Amino acid sequence: MSDPMAEIKASFFIECEELLEAMQDGLEELDSGESDIETINVVFRAVHSIKGGAGAFGLEGLVRFAHRYETVMDAIRSGTLSIDPDLMKVFFRAADHLSDLVRVSRDDGELPVAEGEALIAELNAYLGAEEEDEEEEEDIEFQPMGLALELDLGGDDVTMDADLPKPGFTITFAPEAELFDTGNEPFLIMRALQELGPCDIVCNTEKLPELSTLSAEIPYLSWTITLTSDVDKDEVLSVFEFVEGLCVLNIEQNSGVLELPPLDDMPDTMDDEPSEEQEPAEEASSPEKPNGALEVPDMKKEEPQAAPKAASPKETKPAANQQAASTAKSVVRVDLDRIERLVNLVGELVINQAMLSQSLESAGLSPHSDAMNGLEEFQRLTRDIQDSVMMIRAQPVKSLFQRMSRIVRESSAAVGKDVRLVTEGEYTEVDKTVIERLADPLTHMIRNAVDHGLEETEKRVASGKTPQGQVRLSAAHRSGRVVIEISDDGAGINRPRVHQIAIDKGLIPADAVLSDSDIDNLLFLPGFSTAQVVSDLSGRGVGMDVVRTAIQALGGRITINSVPDEGTTFSISLPLTLAVLDGMVVNVASETLVLPLNVVVETLTLDQDNLDQVRPGLDVVRVRGDFVPLFDLGQQLGYRERLDDYVNSVVLLIAHEEGHRAALIVDEIQDQRQVVIKGLDESFYRAPGIAAATILGDGQIALILDPSDIISHALSQTGPITMPQQLEA
Amino acid sequence: MNLEVLAVDDSRTMRDMIRLALEPAGFTVHTADDGIHGVEVLGGLAPDVIITDINMPRMDGFGFIDAVREQNKHRTTPILVLTTEAAPELKARAREAGATGWIVKPFDPAKLIKALQMVAG
Repeated sequence: MSDPMAEIKASFFIECEELLEAMQDGLEELDSGESDIETINVVFRAVHSIKGGAGAFGLEGLVRFAHRYETVMDAIRSGTLSIDPDLMKVFFRAADHLSDLVRVSRDDGELPVAEGEALIAELNAYLGAEEEDEEEEEDIEFQPMGLALELDLGGDDVTMDADLPKPGFTITFAPEAELFDTGNEPFLIMRALQELGPCDIVCNTEKLPELSTLSAEIPYLSWTITLTSDVDKDEVLSVFEFVEGLCVLNIEQNSGVLELPPLDDMPDTMDDEPSEEQEPAEEASSPEKPNGALEVPDMKKEEPQAAPKAASPKETKPAANQQAASTAKSVVRVDLDRIERLVNLVGELVINQAMLSQSLESAGLSPHSDAMNGLEEFQRLTRDIQDSVMMIRAQPVKSLFQRMSRIVRESSAAVGKDVRLVTEGEYTEVDKTVIERLADPLTHMIRNAVDHGLEETEKRVASGKTPQGQVRLSAAHRSGRVVIEISDDGAGINRPRVHQIAIDKGLIPADAVLSDSDIDNLLFLPGFSTAQVVSDLSGRGVGMDVVRTAIQALGGRITINSVPDEGTTFSISLPLTLAVLDGMVVNVASETLVLPLNVVVETLTLDQDNLDQVRPGLDVVRVRGDFVPLFDLGQQLGYRERLDDYVNSVVLLIAHEEGHRAALIVDEIQDQRQVVIKGLDESFYRAPGIAAATILGDGQIALILDPSDIISHALSQTGPITMPQQLEA
Repeated sequence: MNLEVLAVDDSRTMRDMIRLALEPAGFTVHTADDGIHGVEVLGGLAPDVIITDINMPRMDGFGFIDAVREQNKHRTTPILVLTTEAAPELKARAREAGATGWIVKPFDPAKLIKALQMVAG
């Protein structure tokens, strides 16, 4: 595609996100005290990999911070430093900072230097003075080397080309056995030396024993190399860097003054110089054979025990790490746009399939005809495809919850409260788009919980609670929806104050009599803010009304449950996906409407016996001994006036929030089918009770209802809810 | 000079970078995600040189080098350690395990190629 480097960089940042997540997990494990050495290793590796990648892209700020962080981690790993709660706090903040740095680096933004410096200072404090500024990353220097075409390694006592006094080095080099054990190769080292300048290579064979006493494991050869070059000594040393300590090495710098010994030798070798350039190369490789040849006797020697030896570590190690292995799945990265497209296409397929089935039916085909049977199969496949596509977009809410744990840390630090976040069900999977759009509302609610929900520490202690406040964040699948709860163990909603504020702000009349839950719901009114002092935390001009709007935009609902002195719980109930819905298609006042199937508990037909009236305007239906409030959907939606007689009407029994039920009157039940959810544009009036719209098989547009909303509205209001005014089909 | 390389690194970014650095230079690059995977991949290969990271899950670079050196046919296969740490102890440990040499991350592609040619010919 485009610039490969840019692509790798982009994938680096994606990898960083994963590493940061792993790191966060590790830190939480460390914090919970359930850690082992592998936990620290995981965190260490995450920081380490970020540093490594960042270095490759020259992200110096990131490297610098990661390095400091890693150094402290390493101290823990090596046991010179132990973890305490204060250090954990620094670690968490450092992790937050690191993820900031990653994001800023990704977006080419301005690095938050001051914050980083402060954290680096804190990290340094744990290290003591000695580690301060040592270790600038060192590098290995290799000299530019063209391809060496003439490989003239000196054979026995050969010298050449010592015509003129030149600056250079006299190197004696005697490999030890370990040099070969590490896979190094004198031949290649000497070739690298030749890149620095012309070499005189003399192989010293005097230590070579009689063949009968020769041991393949012991290197007997050494070399004296006279290098003519004006490079400095470090460059020569760098050639030997890998073998330093694995050989006897002596490098002497020659000043450039003519040396005598080569001169003496010269006449002897001058004559047959050309041939010697070839021959010695071959000879040189044969003395080295001990290295190559040693495999032969060795193989025989080791074979019997080599097999079990090799097998045992390789087999036990994977077993010990089975857990880690099982979690590492192979993954394919796909552009979200492509999935989006696939989802839309599958949506269209569902619509198309519905149309087809309708036209076959109207063509009067027998339900047992091949075509109808085939269609059934088609239907099943469509549904499978749809489920699979949805699975692609589903993600555990874990990443979202991790972000929230950061919010808790930051907000609790800002208001000086000690708060612990407990998360549950973080592997609950939700559509990725839903997760993304939940971040803002959740952030706000978590801040609220920390700021307003939890009491000050002293107050907690005074009321017999633990000094540390708790915020609980949980996710679970419940009857086809995802329920996310944010609860605190604070003082609960201060209802008299909320009531008073609402009156003061003119939100409700002064004489309004409200139930507890009515008062709680006042929090959702636009322009309501309970904080007496607007803190910089939650008082950012975003109220719970904005949260509710955001949740509703996701097809979700939010409810409050508060118990004085025990705390407050916000429950968010969301559809699993934003794309399709199992719906019940009904007719009301000649309108076609869709209700989510999962809320419909049962359907029944009304008769005189099970119908009752509590008071005018409030009818109930008796369902197996229970009285359930009864509403006419047509009336509630403003399609028609109140019906004179409910007898013989069809009602849907709707499960509405936490075990409450209500019954809705419809004219006719058409069908149960999957519908593709089409969001209503922002420019439409947001009518209560209307969640979205869909296109039916015959191409007609139908509204998708949110029955719970309709029912709560009906229960709280006497009149019908207003018709959507701008809604144009 | 067409060398066959096995690069073992748990960081996808690093693997990509190594590939990007070496493939245009005519190297054939195989990659593995960690030591255990590295040993698996090595099973079907006869690379001229191996590059390995040190800090990896499941089996780290030291373990990997051990496992490679245990195999007779790889007793002298050059192994370069690719590491961010340049500490002498680490080099000593890598060498003790049987590493041929080391490259400090972030690496310069030209230097990496040089080092590979230096150890693998």
